[in-house]
Amino acid sequence: MILRINNLKAGYNGMEILHKVDLEVRPAEIVALIGPNGAGKSTLLKSVFNLCKIYSGKIIFKDKDITKLPTHQLIYQGVSYVPQGRQVFSNLSVKENLEMGAFIMRDKEVVKRNIQDVYNKFPFLKERENELAINLSGGEQQMLAIGRALIQDPELLLLDEPSLGLAPKIMKQVFEKIMEINKQGISIIIVEQNAKQAVNIAHRTYILEDGKIALEGGKEILQDDRIKNIYFGGR
Amino acid sequence: MFSAYFIHLLILVGIYVILAISLQLAVGFTGLLNLGHIAFYCVGAYTSALLALAGFPFWFAFLSAGIMAMLFGFLLSIPTNKLKGDYLALATLGFSFVIYAVALNWTGLTRGPLGLPGIPRPSLAGFVFSNNFSFLILTFVIGLISYLIIKRIIASPFGKVLEAVRDDELATKVLGKNTFKIKTYALGISAFFAGIAGSLYAHYITFIDPSSFTLLQLIPVLTIVIIGGLASLKGTVIASIILVLLPEPLRFIGFPSSIVGPARQIIYALLLLLILIYKPKGFSGKVKLE
Repeated sequence: MILRINNLKAGYNGMEILHKVDLEVRPAEIVALIGPNGAGKSTLLKSVFNLCKIYSGKIIFKDKDITKLPTHQLIYQGVSYVPQGRQVFSNLSVKENLEMGAFIMRDKEVVKRNIQDVYNKFPFLKERENELAINLSGGEQQMLAIGRALIQDPELLLLDEPSLGLAPKIMKQVFEKIMEINKQGISIIIVEQNAKQAVNIAHRTYILEDGKIALEGGKEILQDDRIKNIYFGGR
Repeated sequence: MFSAYFIHLLILVGIYVILAISLQLAVGFTGLLNLGHIAFYCVGAYTSALLALAGFPFWFAFLSAGIMAMLFGFLLSIPTNKLKGDYLALATLGFSFVIYAVALNWTGLTRGPLGLPGIPRPSLAGFVFSNNFSFLILTFVIGLISYLIIKRIIASPFGKVLEAVRDDELATKVLGKNTFKIKTYALGISAFFAGIAGSLYAHYITFIDPSSFTLLQLIPVLTIVIIGGLASLKGTVIASIILVLLPEPLRFIGFPSSIVGPARQIIYALLLLLILIYKPKGFSGKVKLE
C-alpha cells in the first residue's frame, strides 16, 4: 500500500467537511475520486498536503505517518500535487516553471535529465520552452503543471480536476498523458467532475458524498444505481 | 545657483531610486503589496540620526539603519504573512501609521514633532561629505550598489522563487518551498534598503521630524513603482528620475512654491491614471497590476 488514509476528519475553520474517510492507494494504481460538488474531493487532496485543518485520523504514506508534515516538506516524501485551476507561474518561462519543480534536487544533472524526460512526454513544451507560461493555452498550461509535478520523480501524484475548463478534445489528450504517466509506475489520485472519463482510466474509484465514502469499486461502478442518487439526488 | 539646485534634485532622485527599487522588490517581484514601506524609511532615518547624534560614526549608523529596518520588516512579516492583496496592503498601511504615531509620541526618544535637528553630515575615514556635490557622489555610489545587489538577488535562483511566490504561492509551497520564510526574507531585504535610504535622507537634510514619513511620502514612491512597471528595475529607475524632475519646470515658468507642491500631487495622480488606462504594465513592466 502506498497511501492509506484512516478515519480522516478534516475541514476549514471549525467546519468539518470530511467525516471519517478511509481510502487506500496501491502501488502503480490510478484511483479516481468523484462525487458531487461540495462532497469534499478537493479537501481530501488538500488534507494530504496539510493545506486544511485535520481534526483526527491518520495519513500514512509508505509506512510513514505524514499527517502533520508541513506542506513544503511533503514533496521530499515523494508526493506531488497539482492544485486545481492550472497553477503555473504565469510570468516565468516554460523552462523556468519546470526548474521550479526541482527546488529540492541538488544534482543538476538529474534535474536536466528529468526536464528532458518531461520534454519527451510533452514535446510542445520543448518547442515553447522560452515562452511565458501565460501565453500557453489552457490545456498546455495543465500539462505544464503536471510536467512540473513530475520533475522530482514522485511515487504518488495528486491531480485536482485536471480537465477543468478544457475543451473535450484537449481533455482527452490530458487523460491519455495521465495514463502514460501511470504506466511508468507512478500512483495517481485523480479528483474529477468529469466522472465517466475519470472512472474509465482508473483502476479503482471512490465516490464521495457529503464528506463520506459512499461507494468504492472498479469501472463497473458507473452502472450502479446508487450513482444516480448521489449525482442527481433521486429518491 | 542653478547647479546647486540641480545637485539637490539629483540627490533626491538617488534617495527615491533606492526607496523605489526596494519597494519594487516586494511589490513587483514578490507580489507583496506593501504600503508600509515609508515606515521602514522612517525607522532607518531615526535609527541613523539617533546613533549619529549619540556620537557613533556614520558607517555604523548607516548600516544599523538598514539592519533595524530589516528587523522591523521581519517583525511586520510575522502577522501579515498569510494576508494577500488588498488585505496585506491595509495591514501594512496600518503599520506605517503605527510607526508614525510612535515617532510622533515617543518624545523621550524622538522629540516628537520638534524633530531631531543637527544630524551630522556623513563622514568616512576622516572625509566629511559636507558639500552637496560630495553628498551626491555618496548617494550615487550607494544607489548604484543597492541597484546591483537587488539586480543580483532578482537574477539568482532565490529571485526566481520570489517570482514564483508572486505568480502562485500555493504551487510554490507544494513544490517544496517554505513560502513563509521566503516572504519574510523578501520583506526584510526590501526594508533594509528603505532603511539605508532613510539614513541618507536624515544625514542629507540634517533634520528629521515625523511629518517626513507620512502616507503623502509613500504615494510618489508607489507611483514610481507602478509607472516604472511592476517587476522592472530599469523602469523603476527611469520613473524615479522622471517623476522627481517632472514637476520642477513649473518653478521656472513662474509658479510660486506654494503651487508647485500641490501641483506635484496632481501631476502624479494624473500620470498614474493615464498609465493605468493606457499602459497598465507601466513603462517596461512584466507583470500586470492585479
